[in-house]
Amino acid sequence: MIAFLLKRTANAAFVMLAVALLAFVIFRFFGDPVEMMVNEQATLQDRVELRERLGLNDSFVVQYTRFVTNAVQGDFGISYRNQQDVMVLIKDRFPATFELVLVATVISLVVGIPAGVITAVYRDSRLANILQLSSIVGVSLPSFVVGILLILAFSVSLGWLPAFGRGETVDIGWWSSGLLTPSGRAALILPAISLSTFQVTLVMRLVRAEMLETLRADYIKFARARGVPTARVQWRHALRNCLMPVITLTGMQIGNLIAFALVTETVFQWPGMGMLFIQAVTFVDIPVMAAYLMIVSFIFVVLNTLVDITYAWVDPRLRDDTARANG
Amino acid sequence: MEKTLPVPARTTLRNRLDKLRESDVWYSFRSHPSAIFAAGLLILVALTAFLAPWITPQNPYDLAALELWNSEIPPIWNEARQWPYILGTDTQGRDILSAVLYGSRISLIIGFASVLLALCVGLALGLMAGYFGGWIDNVIMRVGDVLLSMPFILIAILITAIASASLPTGLKDILAAPILIFAIAVPSWVQYARTVRASAMVEAKKEYVQAAKLIRVKSWRIMLQHILPNCMTPIMVAATLNFGLAILSEATLSFLGVGMPPDQPSLGTLIRIGNQYLFSGLWWIVVFPSIQLCLIVLSVNMIGDWLRDALNPKLR
Repeated sequence: MIAFLLKRTANAAFVMLAVALLAFVIFRFFGDPVEMMVNEQATLQDRVELRERLGLNDSFVVQYTRFVTNAVQGDFGISYRNQQDVMVLIKDRFPATFELVLVATVISLVVGIPAGVITAVYRDSRLANILQLSSIVGVSLPSFVVGILLILAFSVSLGWLPAFGRGETVDIGWWSSGLLTPSGRAALILPAISLSTFQVTLVMRLVRAEMLETLRADYIKFARARGVPTARVQWRHALRNCLMPVITLTGMQIGNLIAFALVTETVFQWPGMGMLFIQAVTFVDIPVMAAYLMIVSFIFVVLNTLVDITYAWVDPRLRDDTARANG
Repeated sequence: MEKTLPVPARTTLRNRLDKLRESDVWYSFRSHPSAIFAAGLLILVALTAFLAPWITPQNPYDLAALELWNSEIPPIWNEARQWPYILGTDTQGRDILSAVLYGSRISLIIGFASVLLALCVGLALGLMAGYFGGWIDNVIMRVGDVLLSMPFILIAILITAIASASLPTGLKDILAAPILIFAIAVPSWVQYARTVRASAMVEAKKEYVQAAKLIRVKSWRIMLQHILPNCMTPIMVAATLNFGLAILSEATLSFLGVGMPPDQPSLGTLIRIGNQYLFSGLWWIVVFPSIQLCLIVLSVNMIGDWLRDALNPKLR
């Protein structure tokens, strides 16, 4: 187990170093950092000094090492666009994205699990067929289209819910939360639904497949033979055994949701990390782009590694298999 | 008595068609109404998209054809309608139906080309990794690991952003489509490579491959003629589903403003443009491209789902 743990951690570290290399190459070679930072009046002398001060004359390896060392300490440099510390910018925006992703995840579980159970238990009934059909429609709907249609329906036509912004927020330390005010909660509804559409169908399909498998198991037959009510067998005994893969999927998808939140945030003008990133892309603000890439990849890699380790811990057979599949 | 070996039938087009008609896949296709519906829809969309120059009332890219007094006309079922603008016009007098059909053409081409590119690269690298093993395998698969550890959409955005930041303005618009194709292909080849690598590793150890090596058949010939055909089934399913994903990705990138420019709009660009008029009551500018995009992706996904079940030996 310890060998497996070390192997997975080393693998994760390797991947992060590679991502950092990519981010560093982007940072260093696309657009000259000096040209981005000086103003129009700067003399050649100023530029040479700045170049020296930023350490851009050092060798590639030295610069890369410094980049990684700084990144590990949360220092991603200064934004070209508004001269602020990149980490501060991201810290300001992180709560908005996190709350959006959290609520979208909750929606996906609350809607996806029952829908999955129903499609499995009442297979070929009309309700199940409708749910099945809407799941394939849900996979095919781009999240920005869902967002736009929701805005058209609930903001433009009905005027029930706000179409952009975060509403009022309450500061708890450095964390600004929109969950505690009525306007904050109202503003969260449409973006969260739009972000969760794809995830709902994913959870639903997984639960359905797992349930179909589990319902055939002997212990289910035995429970029924013993006279346990059908609904109790289905929703308690069978469903419980389907939840482990759902938790895994949810964990692994959080990284994807954070990345995909940038699309939702653009549609709803949601002041999160994703919008910061898209604005950085428009202004070629490379330090912000590099920081976002590294932070999202880091969350992604950490979650995947945790999931792998948990699985290996629960099921010893996987230790060997996973190690073989990876190496 | 002389033994006669059965003569293999010549593979003419005709007996290929006969073979197809007797196959399980064709039978499964005929008995799935949703697959027939999706295929019909996709053919319709593709035909109208590629015949767009001959069937649309207007060339939406020809600025001279746009008349400003024809702008903001609502769809045909509205009071203020005007023939031939069935789906209305936008704020510059561009016919929405024409724009949607031309846009579909761009979306379909980019989606198809990026799947093709990813497929070629993925199959080649996967075959090499599985067949040769060793450090080649290590390098290819590690690069794949790194790509898979970053969200798909993020890689595509970064590539388009870097490409457009480092190209001069004039060139940027001309190269928009190739850049998108490349940006979508880069994160998607890994899936094909992994699938093929697994089969190639198994096949490479089999006796017939050893025998072929012994008589000095060239490596690439063994890979392409003997190993590749054995892993085409999962590849075909993945490619179909990825075609839908590629069209979605292209639309997302264009919607975010890092894809096709407004003077050669794909469906995503059209939705991006229409999104600006969301609050001015001009709903048709955004709704019709959105519907078209959803129909295309839906039909591709339905075909992909059907194909996965039809080719799955466990479900036969």
